[in-house]
Amino acid sequence: MYRYDVIDKTLVEQRVAQFRDQTRRFLAGELSEDEFRHLRLRNGLYIQRHAPMLRVAIPYGLLSSTQLRTLGSIARRYDRGYGHFTTRQNIQYNWPRIEDVPDILADLAAVEMHAIQTSGNCIRNVTSDPLAGVVPEELEDPRPWSEIIRQWSTFHPEFTYLPRKFKIAVTGAPQDRAASQLHDIGVHIARGPEGEPGFEILAGGGLGRTPVIGQVVRDFLPREHLLSYLEAILRIYNREGRRDNIHKARIKILVKSLGIEEFRRRVETEWESLKGNGPRTPVEEIERIRAFFTPPSYRALADVDPAAGQEAAFRAWYRYNTHAHKVPGYRIVFISLKKPDVAPGDATDTQMELIADLADRYSFGEVRVTYAQNLVLGDVEQGKTLELWRALALAGLATPNIGTLTDMICCPGLDFCSLANAGSIEVAKLINERFDDYDYLYDLGEIDLKMSGCMNACGHHHVGAIGILGVDKGGEEWYQITIGGAAGTDASLGSVIGPSVAKRDVPETLARLLEVYVRQRHPDERFIDTVRRLGIKPFKERVYAAPAAA
Amino acid sequence: MPRRLLRDGEILVDEWRMPAEGAVADDAALMLPLAEWRTERARLIARAGPLGVILAPADDERELVADLPRLALVAAEFPTMSEGRGYTQGRLLRERWGFARELRARGAIRRDQVFLLARCGFNSFELPDIELEGAAAALHTFSAAYQSANDWGLRTAVRHR
Repeated sequence: MYRYDVIDKTLVEQRVAQFRDQTRRFLAGELSEDEFRHLRLRNGLYIQRHAPMLRVAIPYGLLSSTQLRTLGSIARRYDRGYGHFTTRQNIQYNWPRIEDVPDILADLAAVEMHAIQTSGNCIRNVTSDPLAGVVPEELEDPRPWSEIIRQWSTFHPEFTYLPRKFKIAVTGAPQDRAASQLHDIGVHIARGPEGEPGFEILAGGGLGRTPVIGQVVRDFLPREHLLSYLEAILRIYNREGRRDNIHKARIKILVKSLGIEEFRRRVETEWESLKGNGPRTPVEEIERIRAFFTPPSYRALADVDPAAGQEAAFRAWYRYNTHAHKVPGYRIVFISLKKPDVAPGDATDTQMELIADLADRYSFGEVRVTYAQNLVLGDVEQGKTLELWRALALAGLATPNIGTLTDMICCPGLDFCSLANAGSIEVAKLINERFDDYDYLYDLGEIDLKMSGCMNACGHHHVGAIGILGVDKGGEEWYQITIGGAAGTDASLGSVIGPSVAKRDVPETLARLLEVYVRQRHPDERFIDTVRRLGIKPFKERVYAAPAAA
Repeated sequence: MPRRLLRDGEILVDEWRMPAEGAVADDAALMLPLAEWRTERARLIARAGPLGVILAPADDERELVADLPRLALVAAEFPTMSEGRGYTQGRLLRERWGFARELRARGAIRRDQVFLLARCGFNSFELPDIELEGAAAALHTFSAAYQSANDWGLRTAVRHR
């Protein structure tokens, strides 16, 4: 993985000093609440319902075991013993004290981490495929390019006060595991007509109040021009994006109002003017960064089936929580952070430390964070998966539910977030209680359930095969249900099935949706495909046929 | 009380005046918003004193390109801390249009913005008096950078990658 050199180190250390001084000025009354807000937001610090929330960047979701141990020790020392992994591969702490934040940042800097640009109207932490570098079907490892974008976007002099937040995702495989079409810019590694390396560039995707799927701005961009092309898009957005209405300020609104052809024309015109003097990534720099991501020293092994003849629990876990690796004898292992009594995406300090130890023992000391809020050990010998499973199971980290209904994406909701209308964690709990039969879950197969506590859509409900949105109805928490959304290569937005339902009726509503699916599905048809084939009508009719049983 | 500002890293008394601040002598430095420049241009270029134009965030600096050789100052106005269009105006004036005289940031600017503004080519900053010392120091907030830029107002060489 990427290691800091003197420039990276200097920058994060000077950032800690700068933020320490800003915090001091705020606490001393030299900076107003509003002035400090602009500054702290560019460093991931929100003031939330109960306490501040600090969001720490995990660039493109890659962590060393040392870094994960530090995240665990921060959770213990400055928080209440846990952290929350997010859909954008960050981790959030919900209970730090403002005056401790500079010290937390110093602890992070010591292990080459930071909270720079994890919030605020600037270019956010770049995200990528959590299975980068280890899946067989990959065209090219997207992590070197993610790192090049991370560096370019960090303290970018021109684009730190944008109209609104700006998110970039990079993928290098046909399967989109980074929700790249729902980002302000999606960078897809591609090949040109002669096989030359480069990118397809999308823009204008996003969730929030107005969900939009990104559109192609350029089919093929030669690789050395990536940064100048990003600058051209950002410059058009910085100048022309709306600043009068926060709800219309994302680039998706600009792309929509201009139309993709006119938007593309403006970007290309700007790019023609700037590419001569703009940033260019020479081959030596590409190779320098790429050298940080060379494959680990794999052993020469043959593929085996470690599940054969083993107990059913291990077989289920192996089937659902592991994934094919590009190297014979190895397996990609998912660590589920979804279980009935825990908020989705949460991990405790001791779990983080244990996972760090397991990463050292089984996976070359590296851990990945996924879009679906789970962790991954990317390089595990197949023959060692059984002992790894035993260790994970003892720590409550082996819920065999990856890709199933209970592997849900969920925002912190009303319990923590000052924006939320409704709780999401409690609903997650109700759903887990209702759907606790694994045979049934496995029979249902792959279903992305995504839940947001408000229309800001941090839980990505628009792109859930089943989406749940918390709404406020006269002071009560109600839930609007959508079906038919997807975040991957076949990205689509879900449709609302009808009036929102009360909290206690959410599990029954899901049960009815699933009942229609089970009755009407074709053999091997996923829930999302049945919805696409039938439309929402039969689902809607069943859900609203009679009052839900209490 | 004379207005002080930070220019090229030093705290100085500002010699520039705006029409709204009272009568300005013919040979004194005068700056005014682009909207007024448009209507008064002919009269103004006959003056003896230096001229400057203040750009609002939505203004297009291209409108000034032909006149840049007669301007001793261009300023970008930042009505709020979150305003970001001036950063692009500054970069383009320096990089694309070759403006080499005083480029000033004014408005809701605090010490926390001057480093990035300087990287966009700004070399002078109108700040509240109590911010001036801190802002002069803040020009040295970072001694390295990832991107090449203008680094016009920075006194220490910023190493790029």
